[in-house]
Amino acid sequence: MIEVADLRVSFGRGASLVHAVDGVSFGVREGETFGLVGESGCGKSTVLRALCGLNPEWSGGISFGGVALARPPDRGFFRRVQMVFQDPFGSLHPRHTVNTTLGEPLAIHGIGDRDRRIVEVLEQVGLGPAFRYRYPHQLSGGQRQRLAIARALILEPRVLLLDEPTSALDVSVQAEILNLLTDMRRARGLTCILVSHDLAVVAHMCDRLAVMMQGRIVEELDVAALAAGRTVTDYATGLLAASRGYDRQLAARFVVEDGA
Amino acid sequence: MSDPQLFVDDLHVRFRTPQRMVHAVRGVSFTVGREKVGIVGESGSGKSTVGRAILRLTAPNATVAARRMEFQGVDLAGASETAMLKVRGRRIGMIMQDPRYALDPVMRVGEQIGEALDGRGLSAAVRREQVLAMLEAVRIRNPQRVYDLYPHEVSGGMGQRIMIAMMLLPEPDLMIADEPTSALDVTVRMQVLAILDELVTSRGLGLIFISHDLNLVASFCDRVLIMYSGRIVEECRAEELAAARHPYTRGLLASLPRIEARRERLAVLQRDPAWLDG
Repeated sequence: MIEVADLRVSFGRGASLVHAVDGVSFGVREGETFGLVGESGCGKSTVLRALCGLNPEWSGGISFGGVALARPPDRGFFRRVQMVFQDPFGSLHPRHTVNTTLGEPLAIHGIGDRDRRIVEVLEQVGLGPAFRYRYPHQLSGGQRQRLAIARALILEPRVLLLDEPTSALDVSVQAEILNLLTDMRRARGLTCILVSHDLAVVAHMCDRLAVMMQGRIVEELDVAALAAGRTVTDYATGLLAASRGYDRQLAARFVVEDGA
Repeated sequence: MSDPQLFVDDLHVRFRTPQRMVHAVRGVSFTVGREKVGIVGESGSGKSTVGRAILRLTAPNATVAARRMEFQGVDLAGASETAMLKVRGRRIGMIMQDPRYALDPVMRVGEQIGEALDGRGLSAAVRREQVLAMLEAVRIRNPQRVYDLYPHEVSGGMGQRIMIAMMLLPEPDLMIADEPTSALDVTVRMQVLAILDELVTSRGLGLIFISHDLNLVASFCDRVLIMYSGRIVEECRAEELAAARHPYTRGLLASLPRIEARRERLAVLQRDPAWLDG
């Protein structure tokens, strides 16, 4: 469904040139959820931004369902591929009601029957019609993220790109949102890419994942291997160990790097 | 547990807002010795307010009341502002979540760490030496170079170590760390925790570790207090957290995704109004 071949994204020029994504290749099958994990600055979000057309400066190959990604992507692309962002406070227009936020994608794509679609999608994400004329500041963090998911789903896309969708939420709310994503994915047969720094979230949601470091994929594995601790590279093994909590012996192994 | 240094008994914090009185902390009691005590809870549970109330750093619209709030013989609830100045930063230090906001952006790192030594009549050279020694203690490899950097030139993990160095310089006996590693990557988090761990062990520091991360607190702290809606609903040894009894704690644990045990759906916390009173 999604093919990425030798993707490269760089920022700046001359001495300040940074290769944020430095030759990344992977494929995601139809209906599969693929995870991209790594630490800050490893390029995982940049990959996602290139995939959804938010970052036009890339080279390499990206195709969705066999169709190469155009630059800039055409309107039809956005009907098939939608994104949910990390921060539900920053990704919603503060002066648009829920109704306006959900109606806008429909208006842009010239889709009729708006009333029915809005009511339906609100119901599906568990918000209900009572939320239709509220503003984002009247919603909790979890409700805002439900709205962001509703906005992505209202165009009935085939692919959902998720950039840290729950890292701004409390764990009990995170569980609700992850369950919602699981349900939506199954009901609509979505293909997803999930970017997260949280290995537990990726292990819960994904079928396969790639561990990124400094703009490259250092290891690709399936979730069963992750759960069994069968990582191959030192970096992925360390990341997995550090994700399990604090351990005095283990902490001594992590070398302090003064990269400033 | 060693002898407690900090006693908090029946702490209440209320915020006056134009609409109503918000009772953010409702009768919290605990003690802290030379150990790592974790306070866990979700947003709005009052965990950060407890940390701030101990140092009387709450906003002006807050009223803090307690039957007893005492640190090494000083009555923190009743002490004058002048008396609090002798406690704050000197005997009780505080580490905030995000070093980018907590450090002065237009002052070199070394100079702002050195401010902690103001009023001791030290010569510039001695002061610099002490700052450098402290930077080394928090495992900064090249203290000479880092001394002259500005906060925007250091990484998040180093910024947090700089904060720790600054707080340690006056040699406090108790440190309050409010989500000190939440903004950090997991591997950097390990390094910062290792430094805090060593300080508690080697310097006999008491640590209050405020966090939303149950797994982290369970693996790092000695004791855990679980807060819900302004109250401590459960207290247990950290290694026994998995066997917690309160339905809220159990619900939180069940809602966590786990790497090694995948489930189709995560358990969703059903909040019981009865938890508000117990």
